[in-house]
Amino acid sequence: MKKVPYRNQFSKVIVFSLVVTLLFSVSLVAQDTVAESGDAVVAEDSGASSGDAAAGKALFNQNCAACHALDRKMTGPALANVESRLAEDEGLDRQWLYAWIKNSPGVIKSGDAYANKIYNEYNQAAMTPFPTLTNADIDNILAYTAAPPPAPATPAAGEASTVASGASSGGISNEVILGALALVFALLVVMLFLVNNTLRRIAEANGISVEKEMAEKRVPIWKAFAQNQFLVLVTVIFLLLGSAYFAYGWMMQIGVDQGYAPIQPIHYSHKIHAGDNKIECKYCHSSARVSKHSGIPAMNVCMNCHKSIYEYKGNPEGPSKEDLANGYTNEFYTNEIKKLYKAVGWDEQNQKYTGETQPIEWVRIHNLPDFAYFNHSQHVSVAGVECQTCHGPVEEMEVMYQYSPLTMGWCINCHRETNVKVEGNEYYEKIHAELSKKYGVETLTAAQMGGLECGKCHY
Amino acid sequence: MASNKKYWKSEAELNPNDSIVEALRQNEFVEQIPVDDFLGDKENLSSTSTNRRDFLKYIGFSTAAASLAACEGPVVKSIPYVVQPENIVPGVANYYATTIANGFDFASVLIKTREGRPIKVENNTLAKVGGSANARVQASVLSLYDSTRLQGPMANGEPVEWDALNAAVKAKMGSLKGSSKKAVLLTQTYASPSANRLISDLMASNENVSHVTYDAISEDAALTAYEQVYGERALADYDFEKADLIVSIGADFLADWQGGGYSSGYSKGRVPKNGKMSRHVQLEANMSLTGANADKRYALTPTAQKIVLAKLYGKLNGTSVGGNTSDYDGIVDQLVGEIKKAGSNAVMVTGLDDVNAQTVVLAINKMLGSKAFDPTSPRYVRQGNIKMLETLISDMKAGRVGALIMDGVNPMYSLPNAADFKEGLEKTDLSVLFTTNWNETAEVVQYAAASNHYLESWGDIEIKKGHFSLMQPTIKELFDTKQFQSALLSWMGSELSYYEYIRETWNQNILNGASWNQALQDGVFASETMAIAQEEEPVSNAGETDAVTEVSAVPIASAIRSLANSTSNGMELTLYSKVGMGDGQQASNPWLQEFPDPITRVSWDNYVTISRADAEELGVENINVANGGMDGNYVNLTANGVTLENVPVVVQPGQAKGSVGLSFGYGKTVGMKEEMQTGVNAFKLYEGFNANQSVSIEKAAGNHEFACVQLHKTLMGRGDIIKETTLEVFNTKDHSEWNHVPQVSLNHQEVPATSVDLWESFDRSIGHHFNLSIDLNACTGCGACVIACHAENNVPVVGKHEVRVSRDMHWLRIDRYYSSEDSFEADNIKKEEMDGLWGDKGSLGGFGEMEHPADNPQVAFQPVMCQHCNHAPCETVCPVAATSHGRQGQNQMAYNRCVGTRYCANNCPYKVRRFNWFLYNNNEEFDFHMNNDLGKMVLNPDVNVRSRGVIEKCSMCIQKTQKTILDAKRDGRVIKDGEFQTACSAACDNGAMVFGDVNDESSMVSELKESNRMYHLLEHVGTKPNVFYHVKVRNTNEA
Repeated sequence: MKKVPYRNQFSKVIVFSLVVTLLFSVSLVAQDTVAESGDAVVAEDSGASSGDAAAGKALFNQNCAACHALDRKMTGPALANVESRLAEDEGLDRQWLYAWIKNSPGVIKSGDAYANKIYNEYNQAAMTPFPTLTNADIDNILAYTAAPPPAPATPAAGEASTVASGASSGGISNEVILGALALVFALLVVMLFLVNNTLRRIAEANGISVEKEMAEKRVPIWKAFAQNQFLVLVTVIFLLLGSAYFAYGWMMQIGVDQGYAPIQPIHYSHKIHAGDNKIECKYCHSSARVSKHSGIPAMNVCMNCHKSIYEYKGNPEGPSKEDLANGYTNEFYTNEIKKLYKAVGWDEQNQKYTGETQPIEWVRIHNLPDFAYFNHSQHVSVAGVECQTCHGPVEEMEVMYQYSPLTMGWCINCHRETNVKVEGNEYYEKIHAELSKKYGVETLTAAQMGGLECGKCHY
Repeated sequence: MASNKKYWKSEAELNPNDSIVEALRQNEFVEQIPVDDFLGDKENLSSTSTNRRDFLKYIGFSTAAASLAACEGPVVKSIPYVVQPENIVPGVANYYATTIANGFDFASVLIKTREGRPIKVENNTLAKVGGSANARVQASVLSLYDSTRLQGPMANGEPVEWDALNAAVKAKMGSLKGSSKKAVLLTQTYASPSANRLISDLMASNENVSHVTYDAISEDAALTAYEQVYGERALADYDFEKADLIVSIGADFLADWQGGGYSSGYSKGRVPKNGKMSRHVQLEANMSLTGANADKRYALTPTAQKIVLAKLYGKLNGTSVGGNTSDYDGIVDQLVGEIKKAGSNAVMVTGLDDVNAQTVVLAINKMLGSKAFDPTSPRYVRQGNIKMLETLISDMKAGRVGALIMDGVNPMYSLPNAADFKEGLEKTDLSVLFTTNWNETAEVVQYAAASNHYLESWGDIEIKKGHFSLMQPTIKELFDTKQFQSALLSWMGSELSYYEYIRETWNQNILNGASWNQALQDGVFASETMAIAQEEEPVSNAGETDAVTEVSAVPIASAIRSLANSTSNGMELTLYSKVGMGDGQQASNPWLQEFPDPITRVSWDNYVTISRADAEELGVENINVANGGMDGNYVNLTANGVTLENVPVVVQPGQAKGSVGLSFGYGKTVGMKEEMQTGVNAFKLYEGFNANQSVSIEKAAGNHEFACVQLHKTLMGRGDIIKETTLEVFNTKDHSEWNHVPQVSLNHQEVPATSVDLWESFDRSIGHHFNLSIDLNACTGCGACVIACHAENNVPVVGKHEVRVSRDMHWLRIDRYYSSEDSFEADNIKKEEMDGLWGDKGSLGGFGEMEHPADNPQVAFQPVMCQHCNHAPCETVCPVAATSHGRQGQNQMAYNRCVGTRYCANNCPYKVRRFNWFLYNNNEEFDFHMNNDLGKMVLNPDVNVRSRGVIEKCSMCIQKTQKTILDAKRDGRVIKDGEFQTACSAACDNGAMVFGDVNDESSMVSELKESNRMYHLLEHVGTKPNVFYHVKVRNTNEA
């Protein structure tokens, strides 16, 4: 199978990187702490303005971050040093900013020249007014914006390179140890052989040849075995059965791609999205509720969030050692977001769609054959089955893989064991009452409801 | 009285000595499969170069190779939308109401789309007029994905840009302004308020422009007659539901007569209710679909029809009409008696291409005050004007036409005088043709402009006065195409798109304040103001019509005279359009090519139909050959100096002696795949746009191989398939007499066969239990269900040869049985009285005397699909349990489990299982729609595409029932009656097929199951089917 090598390669890489990670975990932790303390220093330095930059940061993230960043254009302009910039370029003071933030449409209406300029520059998308923010709040925010933006996380690249070099050194030391062991072992063998030879010679010298006579009398064990027809028969049967068992087992896994985890054009981490950020599965796979397909989300769904999330900042503690060992650095993820931008045709600089799109060709993981009909909405909406029941702990999957075998036996088993969720569904009322009376049970399984009939899935 | 008529499917069956029929009745194949010949030939076997060891090596190698190949899992790519359209959810179908108006078919339909691809046509049940899709309309969705479509504009056969084409046309139109030459638009019938407004706008802006409408199959006579009487060029409308007596003289109104769409109303009146049903008398030459449904059918040549019509009018009016032939007086007296009795409940229609005849029929209906006759709000679906067309051609030949712009027409194919037209084209400075396909006319024009399919177009249609429909695109243009109206707008320098133009028209003239969005969603809009106007009209009209009658009194008299004195010389040819092919616009549609004609059951061909007597005289015949196929002799047809050579012959029971029939729509060659180039072009004989021509006919050499499903699938000698009775018996006798349940002996006692069973029954009272009801009275045999089934279930097209060798894949077939009560009653008595082999009552001579019973048979249609037997014979013989039964009554087929033993097909008493002899998709040998990416877009993603070596059959549309159930589960509600549908029941606008849940006591189908007329097919077999039929009742009560 084509996929198997992929999978093996992948697992090899994982094992290999695990070894590396274990070897170098100590040094990584050390570097992390250094980076963190560096951040802290920067933050302290920036708190020099009239407001409280820390409180400003919280407010900024709460109110502004959806449309503004410090150092880049988003839906709205970059806000780093916005106050000083306005004062220098446009001669506008903090009062203007108060008015603008609290009621931007009003300022625009009043005919303010700069307000209108900026309004038109940003596609006439008016800024949401924030009348609830007090002047003090705005001071805090401005204090935050006045602080120099945190330096990009350059250490990450350095780490990656050290990891790479570290990996090769780890290999060498292992080989040395193994070589030494092999040498010792070989020495032992040679010694034993020599001892044996010496003893034999001593025996010969003493004229003793008991062993040989014994050997001549004895029938060799393989001959004895061959002569015992019963034993041969039993063994043959056993061997045949055994090989049949393994052959069957091997053949039954043909086409069952459990664990299939192909490399995708964009490294999309379900762990980050569904796990770390707790995005509900059906936010993106919305058609699972109404359609037979769960649907790979269209890229405009990605852009709902990724319009503003243009870089990966990772955990507050920084990337874990495992991630780093795999090369999953923040930069790596940010690059993957850039891939999305390229595919969807998003011009980051001008915050505009260019119209040049390159649809992503995802590698399909769950391939049900064409002759099997499966409907997501039946399971998700009607039965209320959790996505994880079939797809496994997706929220922990850095790389998506096929969790369940997706064989017919697997389907059938579940249909036999699972009770149909009939409560509150008027459709089931009559049939449930009649069927449970017929079978004399309280709850009905999908199988009892007719869920094992061939035609329910094959047509 | 149980009907003990003898039914037969082929004339050959009437010949008791026909060995093939007998063999087919007993065996699966006529000849033994020559296994012994092959294996018994020792010499041949031993001389082969492959010895046993090599053979085993090959087997081993290929097995190993196949297993290795199987281990390679394919990498499947999934490509999501970049920006997902708001109303598209992958996996969920969207429906859009639109309207087909291709100049021949006009119908309001719903289009099912999946992921933006139109995949199926369904009836628009909101439409009061034109809401039924016939077989061609059902198939039209496949024509959208025709790989032979014109993909961009062409100039003299070379691809060109639209800009260049537009510039050329604009320049020419501009230069024509004020010159002596004309610019002419030659178009199909639009019946479109916006298109008409657009064209009159154009004519207003440029005085040199004129507009000629051209219908390939003309209704000019009827239009002219109506225009003479009512002053508007339109067609009177008829509501056959309101008629107690329908007299049709050569009008195939269940098919395409005057635009068609009448079958729904007709069928409603045909179902006996309270002991009453309509009576239908048909006088015609060809055995038409309508004639096949008639209670009484007279086979008369067109000339005889005219004479009868004239005499009928005379008798009804009490005037003498002259004419000498008195052969038909009996028929006339009979008809007059019936019509007089029915009075205003009678209606009369005619399909004669004769203004006189059409005028007389209008006069008769008016005289009767027929309730079914509606001249006040006429239909606009045919507008073609022969006079204007002829003027145009002569103008062209005289060099008076500067520009000819055509849309939706193919005159080089459909004009009898195509050579004149070509000559004229050569003298025309600019010629442009808007066409979807490269065709005969596209070859000779300068610019062939690729036009949109109707599913890619905007449009509006007024099928009937006051009843408007909208056409909206259901998919973006697949190719670089443009619709004619948009091009016109841009040539006129308008900034509007055609969509905006239509909205403008509707806001100004039609909507009258009503919601455009609502009209667009419904697809239809019945104007209230117009309805009011209609109600008022009769009052004001009453005086006018009287005046008109008086004015036209003199023309009627002369019309009658000329009708009464019609004479004929030689054979009379009646040209007709087939249900499956129409005027041939969709000749490249494989579904329609493979659709067997309801009457002859021949697919992939047209042919001359001829009566048995004439066939014998000419020495032509049909021969049933060993592989079950049918062959026919060739004849040459000559009319007005035009000869069609090598036209195959079908001996047609019921064909009037002295007449022959030939269908339009075939014989297209240009721009068609080779396999689709079938039949001969009957338009060449369509002299003067008159479907009735006198021809001479002579036998030609050679035999033609038909792809005919007629003799195939005999019922192995088992009768009792169609039960029928007369209205009189139905009303007066107990149902046990006319709907007799076969008796069997149980414990030495006669009991009904339905009460005996080998098997224990499952309890089917819980949950859904699906049944399909088929009313043989309402079924007209139109075949819309056959195509709907094709579209819904991805049924493959197998091609002419495969059909011929009885490998057709139709899941649903419409069996056609001939009967002949009058002669068979006598024949049965005679047969029973036969005694010995020789002598007066001897069977040898006796059977010989029973020849010619087929001169005018009665016909019955019976749709047969898998009967979903509760005790299915197929299920018990499957060695791998691939076919099994569901609790909901469906006989299920797991294709992936089937190994192709075909035991089930052999054991099926109804012969409804189909075997995939080949891989029909992605196969160069079957170059139909499933062999190219474009054609595959029509496939229903919810249904498997079957592979080679498996049996397939009707699933009772389990994908549709499951969908309905799932929707109800998701909404948490109970399913209402009518929600469950199969493709065939949804397509049947005649109400013949009703599908539903019999466990739901309130459902229509459970009510129908309790009817006295209900019976199952082959009840004595004890299969307990879930499909049931209703006994056909014929209204034979004469006078």
